[in-house]
Amino acid sequence: MSSAALETKETVAGLGEKYKYGFVTDIEMERAPKGLSEDTVRYISAKKSEPDWMLEWRLGAFRRWLSMKEPTWARVHYPAIDYQDSYYYAAPKNTPKKQSLDEVDPKLLETYKKLGIPLHEQMALAGVAVDAVFDSVSVATTFKEKLNEAGVIFCPISEAIRDYPDLVKKYLGTVVPVTDNFFATLNSAVFSDGTFVYVPKGVRCPMELSTYFRINASETGQFERTLIVADEGAYVSYLEGCTAPKRDENQLHAAVVELVALDNAEIKYSTVQNWYPGDENGLGGIYNFVTKRGDCRGARSKISWTQVETGSAITWKYPSCILRGDESVGEFYSIAIANNYQQADTGTKMIHLGKNTRSRIISKGISAGKAQNTYRGLVSVYGKAENARNFTQCDSLLIGGACGAHTVPYIESRNPSARIEHEATTSKIAEDQLFYCLQRGIGQEEAVALIVNGFCKEVLQQLPMEFAVEAQKLVGISLEGSVG
Amino acid sequence: MLDIKNLHVAVDGKEILKGLNLRVEAGQVHAIMGPNGSGKSTLSYVLAGRAGYDITEGSISYNGEDLGALPPEERAAKGVFLAMQYPVEIPGVTTMMFLKSALNAQRRSRGEAEMDAIGVLKTVRKKAAALNVSEEMLKRALNVGFSGGEKKRLEILQMALFEPKLAILDETDSGLDIDALRLVAEGVNSLRSPDRAMLVITHYQRLLDYIVPDRIHVLAKGRIVAEGGKELALELEAKGYEQIVKDAA
Repeated sequence: MSSAALETKETVAGLGEKYKYGFVTDIEMERAPKGLSEDTVRYISAKKSEPDWMLEWRLGAFRRWLSMKEPTWARVHYPAIDYQDSYYYAAPKNTPKKQSLDEVDPKLLETYKKLGIPLHEQMALAGVAVDAVFDSVSVATTFKEKLNEAGVIFCPISEAIRDYPDLVKKYLGTVVPVTDNFFATLNSAVFSDGTFVYVPKGVRCPMELSTYFRINASETGQFERTLIVADEGAYVSYLEGCTAPKRDENQLHAAVVELVALDNAEIKYSTVQNWYPGDENGLGGIYNFVTKRGDCRGARSKISWTQVETGSAITWKYPSCILRGDESVGEFYSIAIANNYQQADTGTKMIHLGKNTRSRIISKGISAGKAQNTYRGLVSVYGKAENARNFTQCDSLLIGGACGAHTVPYIESRNPSARIEHEATTSKIAEDQLFYCLQRGIGQEEAVALIVNGFCKEVLQQLPMEFAVEAQKLVGISLEGSVG
Repeated sequence: MLDIKNLHVAVDGKEILKGLNLRVEAGQVHAIMGPNGSGKSTLSYVLAGRAGYDITEGSISYNGEDLGALPPEERAAKGVFLAMQYPVEIPGVTTMMFLKSALNAQRRSRGEAEMDAIGVLKTVRKKAAALNVSEEMLKRALNVGFSGGEKKRLEILQMALFEPKLAILDETDSGLDIDALRLVAEGVNSLRSPDRAMLVITHYQRLLDYIVPDRIHVLAKGRIVAEGGKELALELEAKGYEQIVKDAA
């Protein structure tokens, strides 16, 4: 390597050190005692002033969880998690109800500014209502009035449990049952907060809804719970962005997201996940064990998942669609980037139950450094699902020789009329592609970002405009230093 | 402008260029001809700075600067352009997007202001028309599904867009029918200018009917073995490389 190239590499390695969002906000936190017991569950429920039925629901989940085993089938490796050595609840102190942003701790607002989401500006410019979750307690909810006019409910789930118990009771746990899996059951017991959305019949939500999640307190798992219900003929687009500060210890994140779409309803759920991935030696980083599932409960309903996963030390995540209603449609568009020592095991499940149901899966996996990236997907067609259609395309891109890409598609069909297509490719960023860019004056880092963005184009196009720009930049940042 | 002295280049430890000398002044067009395996493409790659082409001895001076010390993207920004024999495909990246990225990367590197999307579009359109590069081609992914002629035209369009000081054309005639060849040659000729040097690398004399060089150099076994005016091409065509190389020995 020439000296100039070496210098470039060192500069880039230096840049790679920086995780842009790796700062810690110094705010006094109120925590539950360390460890997990019925008392922890009661503590959380009491903190949220929950009704008895909710506490019972949580306790039921907790008792169930005690008898469950952590799953081991995913292609990820990590030291055993000590669930008693963690805090399950942390909230900024002194945060009773805020009437306006002026009452919010200025330090908190400063944090949002660092994250690039100045609430004031977003309210004014972007027309995005932000329900920001800061270590478990929602502190600022904006644009409520406009949503109120349309009849859309968009609030912290803790608030929904108090204010709309009938809606919550009707839908909570109906897509991801309490007993679903180890992490979802854990979440059901200790979830601290999250988001609730209800879009009434025939209403097209007047704006994109957005929540920023952020893990701040050290050694605190973040357990959000999101429930989105689109009633008959309703439409909603929901954006979720995640970042977390840089710490040496690993942090657990086990969220549950449930989507319900009734007849003719459509839900579009987009995620840009940028949790701290650990350093270039694999130290620290978020363990992200998430259960996301959508139920196309009504006829002609549609649920579309789009995810850009660039962060976390471990990603274990399979946003899925249950295509229950006849002619319902499920979509999954995914970009998963793993660099350094990151491990990603992600994909989707498309469960075809109704007639003429259709699903589409586009997965783009990019591996660099020593990372391992697995696509794991299930397409299942049940006996009554006449004329079900699925199209799956799984493309993997490798950068360098020390990483790995794996594709694990499961296909089950119990109806002979089903048509299932699966295409898969694996490619490398070719030396001649890089040289071509360099020769035209495009530097190495920019060239990699350009080629990878091209590779991901089909998925990036699915993102709402303001997220697409952020995601494109993120693709570049997360692969810095990946070509030596 | 370009002064190559006693250049030795190895690829995978095997010496390909073995003491090559070449001088090209601004405003001149030189042709490099030679049989397969003589080192023609190696010369073009080492000038552009491709990884794996190691200079083991000798020097390349470009406007008084040691070219070998610069990374490839800086060479590009300083005006070195290589029209490639096999332009690569980059799926998902539109040709227009690529042109804009490249143009602005070069401008940044030279400390110039970037051009906005509309400025780039206007500039590209103006130059594209002359080369019969359609609007539709500019919207397609870079070189993906392009015919041989389209790829070569796009290379010349980039040359027109970047306005290099030293343009190297590596086998630009390969894979072109006579109409396409004429179009490409016209494009190249229109870019001849007193402050630009061109190095046209070709196997066949055919291209030199259209792009008439000031000097012709014959490359064989890693060295320049013969040189002369444009009439040398005809002699080569008549006698074949073998005889010329033998005569020179």
